[in-house]
Amino acid sequence: MAEEGVPAPDAAPSAGGRALGRLGRAARTLWRVLRANPLTLAGFVLVVIIGVAAVVMLVAPHLITPYDPRQLTNAYGVGPDPAHWLGTDSAGYDIFAETMYALPLDLAIAFAITTAAMLGGGALGLIAGYWDRPGSASGALSVVILRITDIFLAFPSLILALAIAVSLGRGTWQLIVAVLATWWPYYTRLVRGETLAVKHLPYITAARAAGVTEGRIVLRHVLRNVLEPVVVYFTLDIGTVLVTLSTIGFVGLGLNYPQTAEWGSMLSYYYAAGIVPEPWTILGPGLAIFITVLAFSLLGDGLRDVLDPRSRRVLAGTGVAGATSAAPASPGGPSGAGA
Amino acid sequence: MGRSPSDLAIFIGKRLLQLIPVLLGITILTFVFTHISVVNPCAAWYPHQPIGSPITAHCEAMFHQPLQNQYYQYLVNLVHGNWGTSANGAQQVYPVVAADVPATLELVLAALFLMIVIGIPLGVIAAQSSGRWADHFVRIFYLTGWATPTYLGAVVAAIYLGPYLGLPSHGEYSQLVPPFHQWTHMSVVDALLAGNLPWTVDAIRHLILPAAVLAFINMGIATRMTRSSMLEVLPLDYVKSARMKGLSEFWVLYKHALRNALITTTTVLGVTAGGLLSGTVVVESVFDWPGIGQYAYQAIGGGEGIPNFDGAIAVVAVFAIGVVVANLIADVLYGVLDPRVAWR
Repeated sequence: MAEEGVPAPDAAPSAGGRALGRLGRAARTLWRVLRANPLTLAGFVLVVIIGVAAVVMLVAPHLITPYDPRQLTNAYGVGPDPAHWLGTDSAGYDIFAETMYALPLDLAIAFAITTAAMLGGGALGLIAGYWDRPGSASGALSVVILRITDIFLAFPSLILALAIAVSLGRGTWQLIVAVLATWWPYYTRLVRGETLAVKHLPYITAARAAGVTEGRIVLRHVLRNVLEPVVVYFTLDIGTVLVTLSTIGFVGLGLNYPQTAEWGSMLSYYYAAGIVPEPWTILGPGLAIFITVLAFSLLGDGLRDVLDPRSRRVLAGTGVAGATSAAPASPGGPSGAGA
Repeated sequence: MGRSPSDLAIFIGKRLLQLIPVLLGITILTFVFTHISVVNPCAAWYPHQPIGSPITAHCEAMFHQPLQNQYYQYLVNLVHGNWGTSANGAQQVYPVVAADVPATLELVLAALFLMIVIGIPLGVIAAQSSGRWADHFVRIFYLTGWATPTYLGAVVAAIYLGPYLGLPSHGEYSQLVPPFHQWTHMSVVDALLAGNLPWTVDAIRHLILPAAVLAFINMGIATRMTRSSMLEVLPLDYVKSARMKGLSEFWVLYKHALRNALITTTTVLGVTAGGLLSGTVVVESVFDWPGIGQYAYQAIGGGEGIPNFDGAIAVVAVFAIGVVVANLIADVLYGVLDPRVAWR
């Protein structure tokens, strides 16, 4: 399984046809990974369904719900029934419609935060990991990056995000900034660790001996082999970000619910309104968060198993202890070294 | 560089010294984030003080000073135990925080206990039946906890599970327990110190639900880590030889294999501490547990309260210290459990 994990970083310029072939190979790898564990497949299917639903809600929401956003129906505080799948609140909002209208926004915020954290934090990690020779200017930079990262990692990220959200006030951008400010260090640590593991492998030395420039080595050869664990972490992380967002919303620092539908703020709004007479009001957004996070976690957790050299052996069915098999943290690395 | 007690003492001392820059960094970060982003902090910080009152005047005078002077003053106050006051200036932050921390510590330790007692055996079961239905079941269980918004889990437990199981879901004691002197501010310990068995039972019953919710949501880390390190250990020769000796599967798994697998599990204690502490913000608010998490919720302005900035800063600092200390404990524990580690 290791060899299919990452396309070999070949030095030859690829034509359009080869790119297509590579895509097909990636699809086959994905299918093999998904087939290995039914739960991973379930997670993948759920993620696809959620993605499609989000797009449909943006393009043609009436395929999913008959109501317009923020539409007051004539039913007040009705429990779940065929007309209102998740009931309505005392003001007449249809909970299912509100929850679904929040889906694209919640996904977009979670993706924005996770992607920005991955790109920003990852770049810092790559720099800190690759150019870390002590004594040089870049080595000093690397130390500075690591110290700052350590400080951020000492915070429970949720608490720091809450504190920042307090001072920034409420709003979509404020929310993104508050979480992002606490989120990037995890990627810095991850990418740095992977870079350190990869950069002394023979194929990097070979590339350097062949006269490849440092920048090109980092971008084409190191980055390629760091990418895989980062993507897996990213998949799991979207779930974590969503849960964090919901907590920030619950505390009352998210968006302003009756104006903007967002799951966390819906929870907060209905909790403040008193949930005991209408418990279904928190069920809608709560279930939405639960299902979305579960989908991404099932997928990410399964992918992580495949990457983890210890469980990979078991997955491959060899089950042999062989401490010599599968060099850790370099999945498929050396295979393309021949460049 | 060996493993004698003096080496351990030096190791801990060094680690404590390394904490100083981290703690300084933490205060700088909280200071910067809370002081720079607000345009007119004094109006926001003391909304109930009339303009020109001594408190706002003092605050404004502070804010016209250069930032480094402000930070210095902040540090001096912090060291002297002056952590500021609540939004209306009526309540000192420090005494409240000092009384709240033990209650949260009790809750977090109880949750950690449940995570160890339930989460680790689940990890062993999953590893033992890797790829089969029990493994899938365990995975669904811990991912369910992972995917449950803390808030939803807490509310469902408090409203539905509590009455169903006959467990209380409000506060530390029931009405039957009269107020008595709290030596430690840990409900169970105080009841024990008072020498009253019914009170102790009452305190434990109040602890179960919030601790269980907190544990359920953070279970995944312990289970997953145990599973993957068990998978690493199980094929090793010493496990095989334990089997060949004719030991029962139970002893092979839980004594020989798990003992080695647990070494890795302890390293995630630091990560767990972050998750557990974050969870207390919501869990304590829903269960009305008088700890630092609920204080954080109120200080941040949850439930339409007024943000209490001094309180929020104190809470962030306390939580960060908690994580740092948990990491230190995890490192020491790791070394104690693994005889190959030399104290450096």
